[in-house]
Formats: sequence, C-alpha cells, structure tokens
Amino acid sequence: MGNLLSLTTFIPLLGAGILALFLRGDDLAAQRNAKWVALATTVFTFVVSLFILAGFDAEAPGFQFVEDRQWLLGMRYKLGVDGISLLFVMLTTFLMPLVIAACWDVTHRVKEYMIAFLVLETLMIGVFVALDLVLFYLFFEAGLIPMFLIIGIWGGKDRIYASFKFFLYTFLGSVLMLVAMVVMFAQAGTTDIPTLMGYNFSSESFPILGVQIVGGVQTLLWFAFFASFAVKMPMWPVHTWLPDAHVQAPTAGSVVLAAILLKMGGYGFLRFSLPMFPVASDIWAPLVLWLSAIAIVYTSLVALVQKDIKKLIAYSSVAHMGFVTAGIFALNQQGLDGAVFQMISHGFISGALFLGVGVIYDRMHTRDIDAYGGLVNRMPAYAAVFMLFTMANVGLPGTSGFVGEFLTLMGMFQANTWVAAVATTGVIFSAAYALYLYRRVVMGDLIKESLKSITDMTAREKWIFAPLVAMTILLGVYPSLVTDITGPSVAALVDQVEVAVAAHGSESAIASAEVAAPAQH
Amino acid sequence: MFSLDLQTVLPEVILSVYAMVALMAGVYTTKDKSAGLLIWATAAMFALVAFLIATREGTDPAFFGSFVDDGFARFSKVTILLSAAVVLVMSQEYLARRNLLRFEYPVLVALAVVGMMVMVSAGDLMVLYMGIELQSLAMYVVASLRRDSEKSTEAGLKYFVLGALSSGLMLYGASLVYGFAGTTQFEGIFLATAVDVPLGLIFGLVFLLVGFAFKVSAAPFHMWTPDVYEGAPTPVTAFMATAPKMAAIALFARVVFDGFGGVVGDWQQIVAFLSVVSVFWGGVAAIGQTNIKRLMAYSSIAHMGFALMGLASGTAFGVQAMLIYMAIYVTMNIGTFAFILSMERDGRPVTDIGALHMYSRYAPMRALAMLVLLFSLAGVPPMVGFFGKLYVLRAAYEGGLTWLAVLGVIASVIGAFYYLRIVYYMYFGEEREALDTGTSPLLWGVLMASAAVMVFGVINLFGIEPLAAAAAATLVN
Repeated sequence: MGNLLSLTTFIPLLGAGILALFLRGDDLAAQRNAKWVALATTVFTFVVSLFILAGFDAEAPGFQFVEDRQWLLGMRYKLGVDGISLLFVMLTTFLMPLVIAACWDVTHRVKEYMIAFLVLETLMIGVFVALDLVLFYLFFEAGLIPMFLIIGIWGGKDRIYASFKFFLYTFLGSVLMLVAMVVMFAQAGTTDIPTLMGYNFSSESFPILGVQIVGGVQTLLWFAFFASFAVKMPMWPVHTWLPDAHVQAPTAGSVVLAAILLKMGGYGFLRFSLPMFPVASDIWAPLVLWLSAIAIVYTSLVALVQKDIKKLIAYSSVAHMGFVTAGIFALNQQGLDGAVFQMISHGFISGALFLGVGVIYDRMHTRDIDAYGGLVNRMPAYAAVFMLFTMANVGLPGTSGFVGEFLTLMGMFQANTWVAAVATTGVIFSAAYALYLYRRVVMGDLIKESLKSITDMTAREKWIFAPLVAMTILLGVYPSLVTDITGPSVAALVDQVEVAVAAHGSESAIASAEVAAPAQH
Repeated sequence: MFSLDLQTVLPEVILSVYAMVALMAGVYTTKDKSAGLLIWATAAMFALVAFLIATREGTDPAFFGSFVDDGFARFSKVTILLSAAVVLVMSQEYLARRNLLRFEYPVLVALAVVGMMVMVSAGDLMVLYMGIELQSLAMYVVASLRRDSEKSTEAGLKYFVLGALSSGLMLYGASLVYGFAGTTQFEGIFLATAVDVPLGLIFGLVFLLVGFAFKVSAAPFHMWTPDVYEGAPTPVTAFMATAPKMAAIALFARVVFDGFGGVVGDWQQIVAFLSVVSVFWGGVAAIGQTNIKRLMAYSSIAHMGFALMGLASGTAFGVQAMLIYMAIYVTMNIGTFAFILSMERDGRPVTDIGALHMYSRYAPMRALAMLVLLFSLAGVPPMVGFFGKLYVLRAAYEGGLTWLAVLGVIASVIGAFYYLRIVYYMYFGEEREALDTGTSPLLWGVLMASAAVMVFGVINLFGIEPLAAAAAATLVN
C-alpha cells in the first residue's frame, strides 16, 4: 500500500486514458458508457482516498504516506500528505463523483467532457499531494489546460473571452512564481518542500534601484508567490477573471472552479508563503489583511446589485475567500484553523449553490434573476435545499459556514481589531445579498407564464445534493471532524512562523546594536 | 598525422562524397524520377552518420585545431542529422504531389547539413565561414525550389540578400578580430584576450555576433524570417525551422566560449539584449498573424530568444540548458510542421489559421496532438516545452540575469496568447468547410510521435539531460 497517493492521483488519469483509447462513436450508447466509466472512476478514486483517511495519524504533524523517487535535475517525484493537504484531497475526491453526476444531461461531446474532468481531477489531487516545488508547479499549471477547454468548449455565450481571460490571468500570475521557484532551487539547492520549509531564506534588507527592500529576498519571493496565489484565490483587486469564468463555465465547471480550484490559492499560502517566508509573511500580513477586508465588503456590495445568479454567487465566493486570506494572515491558530475550515466548508456550500443554479438553468436556460420568482410553489424540495445552502452561505450557526467565519473573525480580531471590525460588516452584507437573492428567485407568487410548468428536482438531482446537505450540517454541528485533523499541522506551522519571526527580530536587534556600538567609543 | 585528421572529419567526408555521388547519379541517370528514392537514401545516410558520430568519444582537434570534434559538436550534429532526416522524409509526399520533387533537393539538403556540421565543429574563423556559406548557399537555392511561384523566388532572393549582408558583417568582424588578435584560430583569440583586450577585438566580436544573430533569426535581426518562412515551400520551411537553427546557435556558443570565453562580460550583455528583444518581439508580432507559417516564424524568433537566454548566462549549465532547449524545440517544431504539411483542402495546401475552425470535430486525434504541441510550445507544464524553459530560467538566474528571467516569463505569457488562438480555432470555433483528413499516414505518425514525446518526456526527458551536461562540459571548462 506504499503507493496509495500515486494511486489516488493517477486513477482518474487512467480512466481518462481508457475513455480516450477504447471508447468509440458518439451515439447515445457511447455517451452513456462514457458517463458511467467516468462516474465509476471517480467513485473508485474516492474509495481509495478513504484508505488514506483511515490510515492517517492525525496526532503527528509531519508528512505521511510519503513517496520519493528520483526525477530530473535533482528534482524529485515526491508525494505526501499532512493534516492540511489531506482534507483538500478528500474534498476533491468527494466532490468529483457529484460533479460527474451533475453533468449527466450534457449531450455535446460527452466523451471529451468526461476526459477533461478526469484529467482535471488528477491534476487537482496532484497539487495537494506534491512535495516537490516543480512537481507542484507542474500540477498547478497543467490544471489550466482542461479548465480552459471546459470553459471554451462547453461554456456559455461569451465563453471565448472568459476562457482566454481565465487562462492568461492565471498564467501571468504563476510564471512569476516559477521564477521564484528557480531562485529558491538555486539558493537552497533542492526543490524538496519539507526541506525548503526548514530552509532559512535571507530576510536581510537590501536596496534595488535605490529602494530599500524590507525583508530582502524573502519579500521578493513572497510577492512572486503572492502574485500567483492571489490571482488564483482570487483576492481583490485581481478577482475580475472569476465572475467571467463562472458565468460562462458550464455548471460542472463552475462547481469545480469554486469548490476546488480556488482552494489551491489558499493551500499555496499555507504550504509555501507561510512556512518558507515567515518573516516576509509577518511583514506583509497587514497588507493582506486589509486587502481581504476590502474584498469582503466591496465584493459583497457588488454581489448585492447583480442581475445574474451565477455572477452573484461568484462575487460571494470572492468575499468568502477574503475570510480565508484574512484568517491565514492573522498568523494564529484560530485564524489558520478557521481558514482551512472555511475553505473546506466553502467547497461544499459554493459547489452546492452552483449545482442549485444548474438545476434551474437546465430547466429555463437563463440565469437572469428577474426570470424567476415563486419557485417554491412548484419546487418545494428545491426551495428547501436552496434555503439550506443560502443560510450556510450566510453563515447561520448550525451550518459549516458559521464555524469558518467565526474562527477566522476570531483570529483576525487578535491580529488586527480594525480589520475584524470591517470584515464583520461583510457578514451582514452577505446575509443581505443571499436572502435578497432567495426572495427574488424562490419566494413570492408564481406569476411568470414560463415558470408555470417547471418541475421539481429529479431523483438524480436529489441524490447529488444529499451528500452535500449531510456534510454541511455535519461540519456545522461537529466541526472537530476537520479541526482534529488540521490541528497538529496548523499548530506546527504557527510555531514555526513565530520562531522565525522572533529570530529575525532578535537578529535585527543585534544588527542595530552592532551599528550603534562603535558610536559609543 | 594527416590520416588522423581525416579520421576526425570522416563523417563530413562521407556525407560530402555521398552528396557528390548522388548529384552525379541524378544528372546522368533517371533525373527526377529517382528523387523519391534519393530522399529516403539521404535520410538513411543521415541516420547512419548520426550513429557513427554518436559512437565516438573524447575530444579530437584536427588540422592544427581549426576543426574540433568534441562532445558539444557531437550532440549538436546528432540533433541536426536526425531532425534533417525526419524533415526530409516528411517532405517527400508533399513535394511529389505538387510536382516539386527534384533530385537536387535531397542533394542540396545533404550539402547544407555538411555545412552545418562544419559550423558546429569549427575551431577557426575561416572554417566557420566555410561552413556557414556552404549551408547558406544550399539553403538559398532550396528556399526558391518552387521557381514558378513568385513568393518562393521572392523568399529565396530575400534570404540571399539579407544572408549575404549578414555574411558581410560577419566577415568584417572576422577581419577585425584577425587584425587585433593576430590569428583566426579560436584558441589564439582566447589567448589574445587573456591579458588586456584591444578595443578593435571587441568591435570585431560585436560584428560577428550581429552576423550570428541574423543566422539564428534573433530580433532585431530577424526581418527575413517571416517572409522566407511564408514564401518557401512548407517542407523547406520545416527544414529551416529545425536543423539550421540548431547549427547556428551551436556555432554561436562555440565562438563565444571557445574564442571569447575569457571576456564573458563583454558579450553577455549583447546576448542578453538579443534574448530579451527576441522573446518580446516574437510574442507581440505573432499576435496579428493569420498565416500559420508566418506565425511559426515569430514563434521561432521567440524560442531563439529563450535559447539565447541560456547562452547569456555564460556558464556550463547555461550551455546545457541551451542544448536541452534546442533539442526540445526541434522536436516540437518537427511535429508542428508535420501538422502544417497535412493541412490541405481538396489537395491544395492551406496555411490560413482560420481554416482550422472546429478541426477537433472531424480529426480529434490530430487536434489533440496539435493541442499538446501548442501547449508545449507555450511552455505550459506538464509538456516537455516547460522543462526547456525551466532549464534556461535557472541558467539565467545562476548567471546573475534574474531580470532577464523575469522579462522572459512575462513574454511567454504574451506568447501563450497566440498558441491559444490556434487552440481556439480547433476547439471553440464554428462549423466551416472542413480540411482534408485522409492525408499521409507518415505525417500522422510523425505528429503523434512528436506529441507523445512532449507528454511522456515528463518522466525523464528520455535521458537527454546527462548527455547535454556532458556536451556542455566539453565546451565550457
């Protein structure tokens, strides 16, 4: 069982290969076969990943299930999970069968669609288990290719613009990270992530073109990584690709994008920025905190005036990701725990919301809020499910959304009271836009002629929502499920950052003492 | 002594003699009827000579050091020979169907390849010039192979005039170098720069570098490239985009390290400048192109910029990175041109990118292979093209050129746009008149093989890394 992680990562790719090589034709039978093969593959991947969860020792903070092989140029094929990455792997494998099931009604180039999602699953899992810088980058970047195709081929009316914007925006962000990786590789002589976490990159200030760079090399590297992860997250003001991508992407694409791909940015902060550049993280934390606070308030207000359901949820995603970045850069146990929790919970909630939009979009082929109203009269089950996830999105106690927001706000409060105060208003705004949306779409009288014959959710749709409902409530009432696993890893991370920052502080104190010393003579 | 020298140049001798014999055979016997056979024979000959070269070891200077057979030369020669062989084989069917298959074609290509082999082995400015001219003269003729086409003759003429200009600049530089160093041998030049460097020598170096920049089509000396690429028959374009590029950049490396390795600081800034202008201009100018051959011309300019980035670092690792980059580049381009060669509608060649609308609908496998190649050209992992970039970026950083690495990756984002545009036509476009799909199984095979290399190379780059490292070590020490 030594290859459990490789197995989990590459089973979907294997499924994609089988589809590509052995499935011929484009008739209904072939389409059905493609869907079943994809569903079976994702379910099997989930089952395999359960073995990882079962075998994982939550008490130990280090990496487990490590695989290590020689690769190119001193780089290594190294995989492993710790308390943080394990949850993201589980989130991915858990959601993918639902995603496949959600595109059961697709009829346009079904085989290719399934292949794209399976390849994407491999790449997403790869991002979370890679323990080598370049291997991580490989999975991180390669994920753009299937997503580009998913938006471009199966997307909406303006899909070309959205797909190009998505690709080029994120590509530009991450090439700077590539340069930073090259610098780290050359300086530390290794691309091994655990080793680099312990490597002390210089934080001594030096001038570039006359401007003193506080935090030195660490700051430059930190910003290069920040460029990539901030775009991926996405943080204000580089979030503008997300609403476009979400609106144009097909339902399943939106679900993957919101639930998993966005989490790569947050995961990147936790895996790279914090442990590898602790001093720079400490120096620039206020910047991130304020950007997050602006993101929370600004995007919530923008969400309030949207006319397109998907766009509204996309902006709400940006706001919720603001809580995540603020939690991470609060640099304390509550903040980090909250950030991880928020990411996992947002994975379920935003996924479910986009699926919910998909349900009515499949029936009415419009995402215009004005085209709906009074759905509760003909779709009671849908109204109930949508209600639950709207509430979870708002952060109602008892749902998983509450725990994440509460923990991150608590962390923020310890780090910077003003940021916490501003961010808290975002909670109110989120209630405003979410409930306003719910009222306009679901409540009221059913007066629109076109909606008179709309049907409630089918059994398939109910089965897709069932696991999401269960997870949202389960995590809401028993959050230790997540925090028990992340706790030790997060605690180790917080310790590491604090030690490094303290060491830097005493170093600069000594340095300034040395500068001052000669003056006394 | 003389026989030992002959032993060293044996591969070149074999190929030259073969070219003569083939020429005679062509002239006195069946003429163009045997051209198809001759193409296969020449390709086989290339493969044979490549094998002969690959089995050699050690460093052998011949003719008092004016010709060098070392690991670096062998790596470059094998790449040149194998790529030339594949491109020749690819071109046979295309030329035959357009009634362009003349026996001179394989003979001229063979002579051009001999010229390239001399170039990368040069240890003396005279030998260098001989190699360049042999290669160039053969290429001028091949570029205007379709002599009843205005575009093709225009391409040949343009190529000739600008090539002659660059040769002139190079000669001028060589004479300056000779005047101030007192020798044309690289070893002697190296010694002349050891104590204090005369200004005239640096002037000579600059002129030489400008000439080389013409040959590798680095911006701002790239003007001939798009026109020649567009005008020449596609198989010839495919040839020009692969083997001569490898030869020119290997020669570039040979001169700056063997001759001017003592004054790295003096040429480093020039190469870095060429590199940064090439990557940006190659990326920006390609955006507006609608002809896929012109687009590939700008793409090759940008790629040369990246290869020069490795060279600019001035280290052994930089040369290794450059060699790896070039080997990957050549492989990608062979695949891409196999695709371009198969672009036809009703048997007529098509080079308009717009013709690819919804190509993935009726030729899914080809479209997928092309998708892989395009992302590889753009340098998106996990395709092998990414590793080429990774190596040169690392080389640039270690050579103290971090700014160059940063500008390079930004330019690669601009470049990604036009590769994506082809993907857009193939996958997201609208239904239009389809291209022919049943064309040559050989081209199909080359395309698939090239795409497969781009994907599976991620495992270990097919072991090319240690070979390139050994080759680079013989050049830089």
